[in-house]
Amino acid sequence: MTTPLLQIDDLSVKFSTPDGTVSAVNGLSFDLDAGETLAIVGESGSGKTQLAFATLGLLARNGRAEGSVRFEGREILNLPDEKLNAIRAEKISMIFQDPMTSLNPFMRVGDQMAEVLQLHKGMSKRRALDESAKMLDAVRIPDAKSRLRMYPHEFSGGMRQRIMIAMSLLCKPKLLIADEPTTALDVTVQAQIMALMADIQRDFGAAIILITHDLGIVAGACERTLVMYGGRVMETGSTDEVFENPTHPYTLGLLKAVPRLDVPQRDLQIIPGDPPDLTALPPGCPFTARCPLAHEPCPKIMPKLETVTGTHLRACHADMEDVT
Amino acid sequence: MTAPVLEIDDLSVTFPVPKRGGWPWTKPDLLHAVSNATLSIAPGETLGLVGESGSGKSTLARAIVRTVPASGGTVTWKGQDLSKMPPDKARAHGRHVQMIFQDPLAALNPRMTVGQAVAEPYITHYPDTPKAEVRRRVQEMMEKVGLLPTLLNRYPHEFSGGQCQRIGIARALITEPELVVCDEPVSALDVSVQAQVVNLLSRLQREMGLSILFIAHDLSVVRHISTRIAVMYLGRVVELADAETLISAPRHHYTKALISSIPIPSPKAERARPRPILEGELPSPLSPPSGCVFRTRCPAAQPDCATRTLHLEEIGPGHTVACHYPLGSEALRRVKPEL
Repeated sequence: MTTPLLQIDDLSVKFSTPDGTVSAVNGLSFDLDAGETLAIVGESGSGKTQLAFATLGLLARNGRAEGSVRFEGREILNLPDEKLNAIRAEKISMIFQDPMTSLNPFMRVGDQMAEVLQLHKGMSKRRALDESAKMLDAVRIPDAKSRLRMYPHEFSGGMRQRIMIAMSLLCKPKLLIADEPTTALDVTVQAQIMALMADIQRDFGAAIILITHDLGIVAGACERTLVMYGGRVMETGSTDEVFENPTHPYTLGLLKAVPRLDVPQRDLQIIPGDPPDLTALPPGCPFTARCPLAHEPCPKIMPKLETVTGTHLRACHADMEDVT
Repeated sequence: MTAPVLEIDDLSVTFPVPKRGGWPWTKPDLLHAVSNATLSIAPGETLGLVGESGSGKSTLARAIVRTVPASGGTVTWKGQDLSKMPPDKARAHGRHVQMIFQDPLAALNPRMTVGQAVAEPYITHYPDTPKAEVRRRVQEMMEKVGLLPTLLNRYPHEFSGGQCQRIGIARALITEPELVVCDEPVSALDVSVQAQVVNLLSRLQREMGLSILFIAHDLSVVRHISTRIAVMYLGRVVELADAETLISAPRHHYTKALISSIPIPSPKAERARPRPILEGELPSPLSPPSGCVFRTRCPAAQPDCATRTLHLEEIGPGHTVACHYPLGSEALRRVKPEL
C-alpha cells in the first residue's frame, strides 16, 4: 500500500481569546490520496477553514495546533516558516474565498504571478512572465499576454478567481486547497469556475480539498465528502454514499434544509437552534443540542467514527434505522 | 383579481458616473441601474426577484422604498403615485412599506439594545403611544419571531446571525406594514439557519397577510417562498411568470442558463443533467448592448437582436418574456432548431 498524500491524525486547533479557549478543531483525522477530490462541508464555525490554515501553518498568532499532519509521509504540522515555505505554493497551494483581498492591489497581475516562480523555481523574470501567461491561458483568460500588465481591480470577480487559480497552479502543486472558492461569485460564474476546477484536476492531476458550505457544488465536483460540525467529523464517505444514504442526523438535516430546484416544492425542514458556542463545547457530540435523536450518552461521550459500509463512516450514538 | 398594492410602471433609475479624466463640468455618463421595469404586487402575494450582482434588483428595491430617486416611470401605492405624495404623507406612508436587509448585524445599531431597536420604528410612526403599550407590542413581536422577550436588554453583538435577522424582521413588522421588501434576507446565513428564517417569513406572511418582495440571487430559495418570480438581467426584467412555470418551463435563454447553473445537492441528479455553461461576462451597465441586453451571451442570438426593440410580451397566461426568439417558440425553431 502506498502512503496517502496527506494524513491528518488527531488534529486539534485551539485559540486563546479573552472570552476563553475556542476549540475550532477537535481531534480530527482523515487521509487523502494523490489525485483525489475531497469536499469538507460545514457551516460557519465548524472549523473547516482553521483545519486548512493549521495544515499550511497559517493560524493566527493566538492559535495552537496539536496532533499530526503528514504530507507525503513527512510531518509538517508546526514546522517553522522557512521549512514550510518549501512546501507551500510548491507542493500545497491554497485558493481563498475572496480573490480581491488575496491579490496585491499595488502589483500588476503578471508581476505577482512571476514572483512566485522567481522565488520558488529561480526562474528569470522573462521566463516567469512567459510561464504566467501560459497559465492564464490554461484558466481561459482571453488575451493573456496583455492581461499580465493589468492590476487586480481591472478584473471582474470571476476573472480574479481565475487568476488566483492560475497562480496556485504555477508550481504544479500536488495538493490544492480551495477554501470557499466560489462563495463570493454569482451562480453562472460559479458554474464556470467549477467547470474550470474539474478540467484543472484532469489536466494537472492535483488532489483537491474543496472547503465549502454549499452542498450543491460538492455533489457535482467531489468524489469524497467529509461533513464537519463543531470541529469534529460527523460523517464521511464517497459523495454518493453521504448524499444518497446519509446516516448522521446532521447530514440528513442539512440535506433537508436546502431547497432543491429539481424536485417539487416542499416544506423546508429546519435544524432548530443556533451553531454551537466554541468556547463551551460539551465533552460529547457537539450537535447534541440541536439533534432530534439526542439521548442520554450524547452530551457526555463523543461517539467514535464507525464504519457503515466500506469507506462510509459516521460518528453517532443513534440507531441507524432512526436516521430518516 | 384584486387590485395590486404596489404597481411599478416603466420605472428607470440612473446614476451619474463622472467621466474618467473629465473636467468637473464635463457631463457625467449615465449608469442605467434599472431600465423600464414594470411589475405589480398583489395583496398577500410574494413576488420573487432574481438576478445576479449588477442586475439592478437592489436598486429596484431601493426605488420602491424611495431611498433612491427614480429617473423615470412611476411607483404607485394603491392607486396613488408615490412621487407626487407630499413629504408629510410620504413619511406616514413609510409604515406601510418596510425593509429587511441582507447583513442583519450591520442593519442594527450596535449601541441600541434589541428592545430599543425593535421599538424605534413604532415610536417613529406612532409617537404618542404610551411607553407601556410600546413595550407590550415589542414583547409580542419578539415572541412572534421566536425570540425570548427576556433578551430585550441585550445588544446586537450578543446574538448569532440568525437571531439578528429575526430581530431585523421584528423591527420591520412592528409597524404592521402591508408590504415588506426583503433584500437578500438569507444570503448571509448558514444553510441550517436559512431554512428557519425562510419558514418564519412564510408563517408571518400568512398570519399578518403581508405582501412580500423577496429579492435574492439564489433561485432555489426564491422559488421556495414566491408565488411569482421576475428575473432581471442588466437592469431589465427579462421574464416574469408564476414560480412553478418559471422553473419547469422557462422561456428566456437567460432564465434557463440561470437554472442550469444552480447546483443540485445530489450527485446522481448532478451527473444526469446537462450543464450548459453561460460563457462570458456581464457587459458594463454604462454602455449596455443595443437591442436585447443579453444578446452578447445568448446561445440563440441573431443579428436582428441588436437592432429590434424589445418589450416584455405575454407568451402564456401570466407569463411574460422579453425575447424575440423565446424557448419553445416557432421563431426559435426556424433559426436554431437544436435549442
